[in-house]
Amino acid sequence: AAGPGRAGAGRDALREELLLSPLPAGDVAATFQFRTRWDADLQRGAVSHYRLFPKALGRLVAALGVRELHLALTQGFWRTRAWGQPPLQAPAGAELWVWFQPTVTDVDKAWKELSNILSGIFCASLNFIDSTNTVTPTASFKPLGLANGTDHRLLRYAVLPREVVCTENLTPWKKLLPCGSKAGLAVLLKAERLFHSSYHSQAVHIRPVCRDASCLAVSWELRQTLTVVFDSFSSGQGKKDWSLFRMFSRTLTDACPLASQSKVYVDISPKNKENELLEVTPPPASVHEAVVQGDKRTYAVYDLLSPSLFNTSRSLNVQLKWKRPQDSSELPTPILHAQRYVSGYGLQTGEISTLVYNTHPYRAFPVILLETVPWYLRLYVHTLTIITKGKENKPSYIHYQPAQDRRRPHLLEMLIQLPANSVTKITIQFERALLKWTEYPPDPNHGFYVGSSVLSALVPSVIAMKAVDVEQSPLFASLFPSSDGSSYFVRLYTEPLLVNLPTPDFSMPYNVICLTCTVVAVCYGSFYNLLTRTFHVEEPSRDGLAKRLANIIRKFRGVPPL
Amino acid sequence: QFQLTVPITVAFAPGSVPGDLPRPLPFRDVQEMEISVNPRTSITSRYEMLYRSTTAQEELALDAATAREADAALRPLQDASLGSLTVYVVPETSSLLPQGISVYVGKHRSALVRAGGGLAAFHTRLRQLTQVMSFTASSIAAALSDRVPDGQLGPDARRHLKSSLGYEITFSLLNPDPKSHAVDWDIEDAVNRYVQPVLDKLSLVANFSVDSQILYYAVLGVTPRFDKESSSFLLSAHSLPHVINPVEARLGSSAASLYPVLNFLLYVPERSHSPLYIQDKDGAPVSTNAFHSPRWGGIMVYNVEAPASPQASLPLHVDVDMVRVMEVFLAQLRLLFGLSREELPPEFLVESPGNEGLADWELDRLLWAHTVENIATVSTTLTSLAQLLGKIGNIVIKDDVASEVYRAVASAQNTMAELATGHLHSAFQASKEAVTSSERAFFDPSLLHLLYFPDDQKFAIYIPLFLPMAVPILLSLAKIVRETRQHKKEPTKMD
Repeated sequence: AAGPGRAGAGRDALREELLLSPLPAGDVAATFQFRTRWDADLQRGAVSHYRLFPKALGRLVAALGVRELHLALTQGFWRTRAWGQPPLQAPAGAELWVWFQPTVTDVDKAWKELSNILSGIFCASLNFIDSTNTVTPTASFKPLGLANGTDHRLLRYAVLPREVVCTENLTPWKKLLPCGSKAGLAVLLKAERLFHSSYHSQAVHIRPVCRDASCLAVSWELRQTLTVVFDSFSSGQGKKDWSLFRMFSRTLTDACPLASQSKVYVDISPKNKENELLEVTPPPASVHEAVVQGDKRTYAVYDLLSPSLFNTSRSLNVQLKWKRPQDSSELPTPILHAQRYVSGYGLQTGEISTLVYNTHPYRAFPVILLETVPWYLRLYVHTLTIITKGKENKPSYIHYQPAQDRRRPHLLEMLIQLPANSVTKITIQFERALLKWTEYPPDPNHGFYVGSSVLSALVPSVIAMKAVDVEQSPLFASLFPSSDGSSYFVRLYTEPLLVNLPTPDFSMPYNVICLTCTVVAVCYGSFYNLLTRTFHVEEPSRDGLAKRLANIIRKFRGVPPL
Repeated sequence: QFQLTVPITVAFAPGSVPGDLPRPLPFRDVQEMEISVNPRTSITSRYEMLYRSTTAQEELALDAATAREADAALRPLQDASLGSLTVYVVPETSSLLPQGISVYVGKHRSALVRAGGGLAAFHTRLRQLTQVMSFTASSIAAALSDRVPDGQLGPDARRHLKSSLGYEITFSLLNPDPKSHAVDWDIEDAVNRYVQPVLDKLSLVANFSVDSQILYYAVLGVTPRFDKESSSFLLSAHSLPHVINPVEARLGSSAASLYPVLNFLLYVPERSHSPLYIQDKDGAPVSTNAFHSPRWGGIMVYNVEAPASPQASLPLHVDVDMVRVMEVFLAQLRLLFGLSREELPPEFLVESPGNEGLADWELDRLLWAHTVENIATVSTTLTSLAQLLGKIGNIVIKDDVASEVYRAVASAQNTMAELATGHLHSAFQASKEAVTSSERAFFDPSLLHLLYFPDDQKFAIYIPLFLPMAVPILLSLAKIVRETRQHKKEPTKMD
């Protein structure tokens, strides 16, 4: 039931989609995507009548001259090695990157205002984004939508790794959906189940896209995505079977009446061609085959809008059963993955090491590494070493912006060529700075987070991909533009780091105050006594306790008593 | 405390001059009236009248067939500045005014008054007229509602929106049942046609921005009661206060601006709750099926007729009749701005403002009230700022904050002076500036009082010093007391 088109207001359409994919390690990833497409130009300012597109975001885009906005709030870490390439990964915590319109004169001011407003809309502490954690990458974050210029001065990128994502962030996110959580796929979004998971990432992507193939007019696209990974292996008594009800404690009963498309995809691609290992119930009406991230995948498709689906039963509860216990000893490793750690001892210096793996058997490919390090870790750029297979690997492009104390972080961007079947180790040494005592966050002994580094690469595909029409293909495959048939775009985030800084004893000033005050008070007391006491000449009539003691001692010694 | 001056021109057409005028035309006269708001605030309203006879052009215009045509013809001949009034006195026998009507209020800043009844009667009529067209004691009191003691205000006084530099008007269509109703409204056209003319007129008062949205699955907070007799659902008046809250959470705040929001909601009830009618306190259905919430906005219930055949395919397509809706919303908008028509004597006839939705003199009324309210706001803001400074001795006032304060005070004084001389427009502009400056000074981040240590905490830090030091002092004090007591006792023993 798409909105009837009117020339003035512009058409808008909603598509909703759920992708369920069993992960190699036995977990299940569920990716929700809700896409609202509006055939109106938000930037022209005249548009103020909203239908499916949420008004709060639309006004934000129009008022602040936003060209593209990507906000992700994530709890947990996507384990690329065990779970494979994510459809959409986000770093732990909050990530925000925005391209502004060229007409915006003061980008920093607009960025500040934007982060404050977003923090109000999503109840997240995005207002802590300031110049000390904002960078302007030159190569890593290209516009995903329509853009006629890529002047990177219009880009701002910030990560808050400390941010904790919880229900209060999910509720406003759900409120932006036209159907809310009342109908359609969004009924599955039950907070108590979603946050009882290994990984939870919710995101909002706003970008301009082509209205049609000729691309003469602009449409605006809002994608709300939510990825959640359930550990079905441990919660299901060692079995890897799962069902919608087991994961979300809800089932699907209808599609959102406003959606023009509402589909559930289940990844049933066989691991090895010969035997079908798994079985999905109810049997899917159709099967979709696609090449996703360099891999041939098969999806069972349930179309919630087709009336036949709810004929037999009132609700849809997709179940997956493994026909025989699968040997999970052998995990397929993804072609590109990375890990990062901090090493060194003591509280003065340390070293950040990043390991980037290319497991492609014969193809080398370049990768852009973006590293943002807070100013209180002073990087020594001369110690930057990149070693592949025991030899030094010189980056073909390097962009380094040194930090300024309390003003901006380090930004290091490198284009590194990864040889086939290799591990590249990137190390850089740093020195820990001393903070002022008001600059420490609460619980400073927990450590300081360093945001994930970002790897962007065009990974060569093993299987040739054919160009597909973006409008027709499922949503999970269409956020990143695919350049050509031989490679696909991957953006990976490494683990955030937790670094200890020298932390003072915060109770010390008070201890010092207490101690000195006590000493002063004792001195004062004795002086006071000395000055105010009146001295009498005491008659030696009665024996005091001291005198009696002295007499006893004298008796022992045989000396006459006093 | 301050003075509002209304310049009035009274033009007598030939044959309408009362016999007992004190002086020959033209002459000037001043009338003053005291409006007491509270024991400390009182406002003098001063009417500066210029009595003259009509010019030849005006006489020509007054020869028109109807009052409306005369009003239109007189417009270019008047003093067009805001706040001023022109009263034309026509002969008692004039056919310009309908039978039984002796005062006609035009669309602009003029009125026609039928002569007759002597000077005293003319004066009372003139006073009524000027109060209708500029301000009354109650409209000023409503503007100063913060300072008026409770109980003295009418029920309408707190309905009006606070004066602000801008307003955001949001029209929301609530469709709680998208499965059965596909509701469509041509809000863009309706806004352009009905709302925009009013807002253009009001643009002098404040900046307005209009937007609209459609919210699905937004339900009212109250389950309506089923009435068997009329087979309809009823919302009673006492349950209306609970209706708004669950909806409000969905409305979305104005994240991008700080102006107050006016919400106008069009609610299309679910199929299972249709038709839905609002009942007033006496149990009778409200004819407009709408209600408004003071300083918030209005809600209208729009019932969808049930389809002729029950087998009609769902969702039912509904096109909202925007004329009916906008009529209600515009009336609510006028109410929220305090532009409701007051009770008028029966011999008054008020011209409808036409497509603009707002007569010039109504705009003046609004400006008078808002100017007074702005001055009150400025003085409240500056007073609380002064209180804050009095409370925290070591607060730092930066130069820019100080200059904002000076500017606010200067603008407020300027406003008062302009009001006293009858220049409404410049007075209103100055009062806006005063509000802006005073708010900027008050909300300056450097004046956050949490930035400063309260004195009791400073004392707490030094407790480890003060406490042990107090011990010997207190002990010796106790000793002194004990000794003086003993000294007192000893003499009695000696006796």
